[in-house]
Amino acid sequence: MSGPSTYVPKSALGRWFESRLPIAGLIHGSFIAYPTPRNLNYWWTFGGILSFMLVAQIVTGIVLTMHYTPHVDLAFASVESIMRDVNWGWFLRYAHSNGASMFFVAVYIHMFRGVYYGSYKAPREVLWILGVIIYLLMMATGFLGYTLPWGQMSFWGATVITNFFTAIPLVGDAITTWLWGGYSVGNPTLNRFFALHYLLPFMIAGVVVLHVWALHVVGQNNPDGIEIKNVNRDAVAFTPYATIKDSFALVCFLILYAWFVFQVPNYLGHADNYIEANPLSTPAHIVPEWYYLPFYAILRAIPSKLGGVIAMFGSIAILAFLPWLDTSRVRSGKYRPMFKIFFWAFVLCCLGLGYLGSMPAEGGYVIAARLLTTYYFGFFIIILPLLGIFETPKPVPASIADAVLARNGGAAAQPAE
Amino acid sequence: MATSSTVEPTRRDFLFIATGAAGAVGVGAVAWPLISQMNPDASTLAMASIEVDISAVPLGSIMTVKWRGKPVFVRHRTPKEIQEATSVPLAELPDPETDKQRVQKPEWLVVVGICTHLGCVPIGQAGSRGDYDGWFCPCHGSQYDTSGRIRRGPAPKNLEVPTYSFLSDTKLKIG
Repeated sequence: MSGPSTYVPKSALGRWFESRLPIAGLIHGSFIAYPTPRNLNYWWTFGGILSFMLVAQIVTGIVLTMHYTPHVDLAFASVESIMRDVNWGWFLRYAHSNGASMFFVAVYIHMFRGVYYGSYKAPREVLWILGVIIYLLMMATGFLGYTLPWGQMSFWGATVITNFFTAIPLVGDAITTWLWGGYSVGNPTLNRFFALHYLLPFMIAGVVVLHVWALHVVGQNNPDGIEIKNVNRDAVAFTPYATIKDSFALVCFLILYAWFVFQVPNYLGHADNYIEANPLSTPAHIVPEWYYLPFYAILRAIPSKLGGVIAMFGSIAILAFLPWLDTSRVRSGKYRPMFKIFFWAFVLCCLGLGYLGSMPAEGGYVIAARLLTTYYFGFFIIILPLLGIFETPKPVPASIADAVLARNGGAAAQPAE
Repeated sequence: MATSSTVEPTRRDFLFIATGAAGAVGVGAVAWPLISQMNPDASTLAMASIEVDISAVPLGSIMTVKWRGKPVFVRHRTPKEIQEATSVPLAELPDPETDKQRVQKPEWLVVVGICTHLGCVPIGQAGSRGDYDGWFCPCHGSQYDTSGRIRRGPAPKNLEVPTYSFLSDTKLKIG
C-alpha cells in the first residue's frame, strides 16, 4: 500500500508493454495499491455505485437507441414497440428509466455525505466543483431523456423547462426559438434532444475521469475528516478492502434497483406519459421527475417569473461556492455539534421541498415552499459562514488510527511509530 | 528577441497579431453554421401563416387552431364579454393594454393560446374560464380576462396577439 511506483509487471511481455504504455501501473496504483483511509464507512461506497450506474445507463441506453425513432410521429409508437415487441425490450427500458432514478438516489446520498463530512473543504474544492458539474450534466441528461418517449409529460415538461429561457431579458425569446428549432417544442426539438441525450453521458464519463483524478491527487476524505498521516497506521490498500466493501454495497443497492425494475417499474413515473404528446392540451397537473421536485418547488415559491428561474438555478449554483461559504476549520460534521443539527434540518428541508414540488402551487403549499426556500438559501449564505465563528467544535483526534482505536475501546495512547 | 527594451513593435509582433486575428475570424466563420443550424429551418418558416374559416364559431365559444405548432384561440365574444373587456380600468392590469389595442373587430379576439409564464395551454372551456371569464392556466394558476390579458398569477404578460388580418367576414389569415 505504498503508491504507484512499486508496480512491477510479472511477465516479460508485461514489462515490455509497461515501458511503452504504463496503463497497468496506472490501474494498479489507482485501484489496487491505492491507500484508502481505514475508517471509511458505508456512505463512502456510493462513488463506486455511481460509476456502476453510469455504465449501466450507457449500456441500456445504447441498446435502446437501436430500437427507438426520434420523430414526433413515430417516437411514442417506437417506445411502445420496445415495450411489447423487442426481445427483452420491457426489461431494457424499465432498467434504463428506473436506472435514472437510482442514479439520482445514489448521487443525492453521495452529495449529502460530502456535505456532512466536509468533503468539499481544502484541498478538495476542485474535486467538489467537478462533482457539481457532473450533477448538472446528470440533470440535463435526465431531462433530455424524459422528453424522448414523447408522452404528455415529456412534451409539457420540455415546454415548461425550455420556457425558463424566455425569462432572460431581451434575448430570451430568440434563445428559446434557437433551442426549439421552431416556434414551439416540435420535431426539430425532439431530434436535437435525442442527439444531446446520447452525447451528455460521455461528457459525464469524461468529467468523472477528472473527478477520480482529482480525488487521487488529494486523497479521500473520511468520517473523521483527518488526513492520512502515516500510510501504514491510517490506511489500508484499495484492493481488497475498498473493492470488497464497495462490491457488497453495490449488491445491496442492486437489490433495491431490481425491486423497482421488476416489482414497481412505473411507480416513479407518471401515468400521463402513457398518453401521446398533444400540443393543444396541457395535463391538469404537470410535475417533473421526482429528482427535480425540490428545485421545482423553489421555482414556484417565487412570485415572479425571472425571480423564480434565478432562484432555481441559484439553488444549484450555490453548491459550487460551498467550500468558501463554510468557514469552520473542523472538516467532519462528527465533531461539530451545532452543524449536525442544521445539517439534518437541511436534509429535512430538501425532502420537504421535494414533497411541495409534487403538490399544486396554491394556498398553504406556497407558504410552506417559501419558508423552506428561505431555509435552503439561509443554510448556505447565513448559517454556514456564521457557524464557523460561533460553534465550539469537539476535540478532533490526532490521527485516523487514534480515532479508530478510541472507538473500538482500545487506548488512544498507543505509542506513535 | 524578448530582451530588447524598445517599445517599437516589430514585424514579428505584427505577424503574431495578424495570424491570431485571421485564426479568430476563421474559428468564428466555422462556428456560425454550427450555431445557426439550430434556428428554425426553411420548412418550419414556410409553415408560418395559415387561413382559417371562422363562420362556424358560434357566439360565446372559442375555436382552437394550430399555428406554428402552437394553439391559437379564436374567440367569438358576446356583448357581455366585450363589455367586461372594455370597462376595466387600466390601473388594475399588471400588463396595461386597452381592449381596442388587442382586437381588430370587437366580437373577434385572436390570441396565441400559450401562457406567458412557462408555456402551458390555458383552459377556456365554458365553466372553467377562471375568475375573469377568460382563461385559466392549470399549471401555475394564471388567470386571463376576456381580452386575454393577465389579471392574476405568475404570468408576466398578456396572451400574445399574433399578426392576423380578415380576408373576408368569415376568413381569417394568421401569420
